[in-house]
Amino acid sequence: MPLRVPRPALPDAGGLRSRPARVRAEGWGWRHGGRRAWAVRDLDLDVGPGERVLLLGASGAGKSTLLHALAGVLGEDEGGEESGRLRLDGEAPRQARGRAGLVLQDPDASVILARVGDDVAFGCENLGVPREQIWPRVAQALDAVGLALPLDHPTEQLSGGQQQRLALAGVLAMQPGLLLLDEPTANLDPDGVVEVRDAVARALDRTGATLLVVEHRVATWLPLVDRVVVLGPEGVVADGAPAAVLAREGRRLAAAGIWVPAHPPAPPARRPVPDASPTLLAASGLTVGRSGRPVRAGLDLVLPAATSVALTGPNGAGKSTLALTLAGLLPPLAGRLEAHPALARGLATAPHRWRSRELVQRVGVVFQEPEHQFLTGTVRAELEVGLRGAPRGEEARGRARVDALLERLRLAALARANPFTLSGGEKRRLSVATALVTSPPLLVLDEPTFGQDAVTWAELVALLAELVDEGRTVLSVTHDRAYVEALADVELALVPGAPLAPRRWR
Amino acid sequence: MSVLAPVRGPQRVYRVNPVAKIAALVPLSVGVLLSLDWLSATVALVGEVVLFLAVGLRDRSLWLRTLPVWLAAPLAGLSMTLYGQASGATYLQLGFVHVTEGSVAIGVATLLRVLALALPAVVLFATIDPTDLADGLAQVVHLPSRFVLGALAGLRLVGLFVRDWRSLELARRARGVADGGRLRRTLDQAVALLVLAIRRGGKLATAMEARGFDGPTPRTWARPSPVGRAEVVTVACGVALATASVVAALLLGTWHPLLGLP
Repeated sequence: MPLRVPRPALPDAGGLRSRPARVRAEGWGWRHGGRRAWAVRDLDLDVGPGERVLLLGASGAGKSTLLHALAGVLGEDEGGEESGRLRLDGEAPRQARGRAGLVLQDPDASVILARVGDDVAFGCENLGVPREQIWPRVAQALDAVGLALPLDHPTEQLSGGQQQRLALAGVLAMQPGLLLLDEPTANLDPDGVVEVRDAVARALDRTGATLLVVEHRVATWLPLVDRVVVLGPEGVVADGAPAAVLAREGRRLAAAGIWVPAHPPAPPARRPVPDASPTLLAASGLTVGRSGRPVRAGLDLVLPAATSVALTGPNGAGKSTLALTLAGLLPPLAGRLEAHPALARGLATAPHRWRSRELVQRVGVVFQEPEHQFLTGTVRAELEVGLRGAPRGEEARGRARVDALLERLRLAALARANPFTLSGGEKRRLSVATALVTSPPLLVLDEPTFGQDAVTWAELVALLAELVDEGRTVLSVTHDRAYVEALADVELALVPGAPLAPRRWR
Repeated sequence: MSVLAPVRGPQRVYRVNPVAKIAALVPLSVGVLLSLDWLSATVALVGEVVLFLAVGLRDRSLWLRTLPVWLAAPLAGLSMTLYGQASGATYLQLGFVHVTEGSVAIGVATLLRVLALALPAVVLFATIDPTDLADGLAQVVHLPSRFVLGALAGLRLVGLFVRDWRSLELARRARGVADGGRLRRTLDQAVALLVLAIRRGGKLATAMEARGFDGPTPRTWARPSPVGRAEVVTVACGVALATASVVAALLLGTWHPLLGLP
């Protein structure tokens, strides 16, 4: 029986308020089609109407599976198997369509239509809401998430944070009793994270809906939730008030990759910065841009060897474009970019003129989306791609280096797996490994810690610190302050309209 | 990328139901295709240009989009002139090239015909917003909403694919595999894009399902797709222009039917 809760009449709640939902799992489990292991097993959980729950657990603990099941989008037709009972207000979630609204992790995947208003209206249309009720709901939902945009504003012009708030508005307009958020801020920069979190807070205050949020970064959601549930391979591991659960389980959670405020990952030990190191790359009066359109002009900078440089600044300032230009992937639009002998190793000075197989011996690049740089069907083959340009007689040494990298980045057990089937952290480690296999003197990384759990983060930072201490230069485009503090020798802040000002951290 | 950016314009014609615009193109095209003569095509072409100017479609950018049509039409006309069926006086003979009185007439007629067919299609489609078209196809033509909306949402991904393609290009250069032949590289990259596209498509399907898409309840439509006076006038213009071109050719004796029609 669904529990009846007294509903306070809020005059300003508008059309978004609906009856908060109750979630109950009794010995519930789910096994995806074609998998031997259960994604979730023996889960017993009772979430009362209006509760706000942060769901934690190591990756692979089945948090997303639970959220997808409650949203009614788990693929039954793909041969999944269910055990026990999962109920939303006493009904099977698939029967309770529209009672739960789900916001997913990838902002690009959460926008559906071309115009802001239409996108928010989409869910209402699917639920059969009469037209005259849809548009008032759309206006209220956009207001609740703080998106003050015209209804026909193109959705393709939205930032990541705006896209996620739009997705949230689309869900709110459906007036769900249960809000399901699956790492909604994992792919956002710090400003976007706060934007989305605040929008969720305001939306909850207006709708009174029950909340289940999955997220690795605890600090973001602590101000909002009144209960923390930790999932393990065999159901609920801990459950209670946030402070109590974090005090008891904090250390274990941190070891499982959760970002727990009291247990931050340890910064790596560093060797002292060498007094003088040769220059790798120097730019003067450099204009960078894509497809001939300039993004930033008049840049002067020097990249010394054996240094960790963090490139920071607001979105749209041209950080990635500058990094890709320095990496020899985009041609400079004006000014000079000169590779010195320590990097050029006998080639001409303009990196963008080097041949692809010459470039890979000198500059390793780690892209923001690891999937863009995968070329083969197995993890091992992916690393061996880098050996193709190696000189004759070096093959044996190259294979030894592949083995060493697989070990070092904990990928040895996955050597025969398909790169696309890896988890987010594994994909990131593999993309770093592919850039390292040729031992280039310069490594360029674009947002390497985006969406990573605390364990992968710490491993990555430790590895990069080691590389710098070995004498390589690491240039990272990043929004991650903890990363800058742990790793940067020099920070270059790229701010529109201001000259590049290097700040020494060490 | 502006593959699916909302199409908006100040003129009334932008707000005419896209279904009506397509419906007007049908008789117009049939009329132009029935006969291979210069007069029917000229009447249709002049009528089209006058109509477009009359409803205020005068922006340069819009007409720039028709540039390929203006380039392709003379080429089609020229090839018909050079290689078309010979008849009447011979002007030039050079190997396969055989320019005659008849082939020149066919060449001119072809040039006009290509213009009369392609111009309205390009101009009218430039004023069609994909979302409005989807609304019309589902609500007026009653095509299944599942396919119409699936296609519309899929179209939005095209912009992402363009971005993906550029990233793939850079990533391949960075991985040291971009020195090979251009064709081979493009093929490899196309396969990689396909893999990414399938993954994006899967995610989009989940996002749509999570918002109740394709559920058991009958769907409503937030935006009406009205058919009113403007739509009737649009279709009537298409029919009138087609009729005028056929009648003119018949009256003045230039009628030259294709496919052995009377």
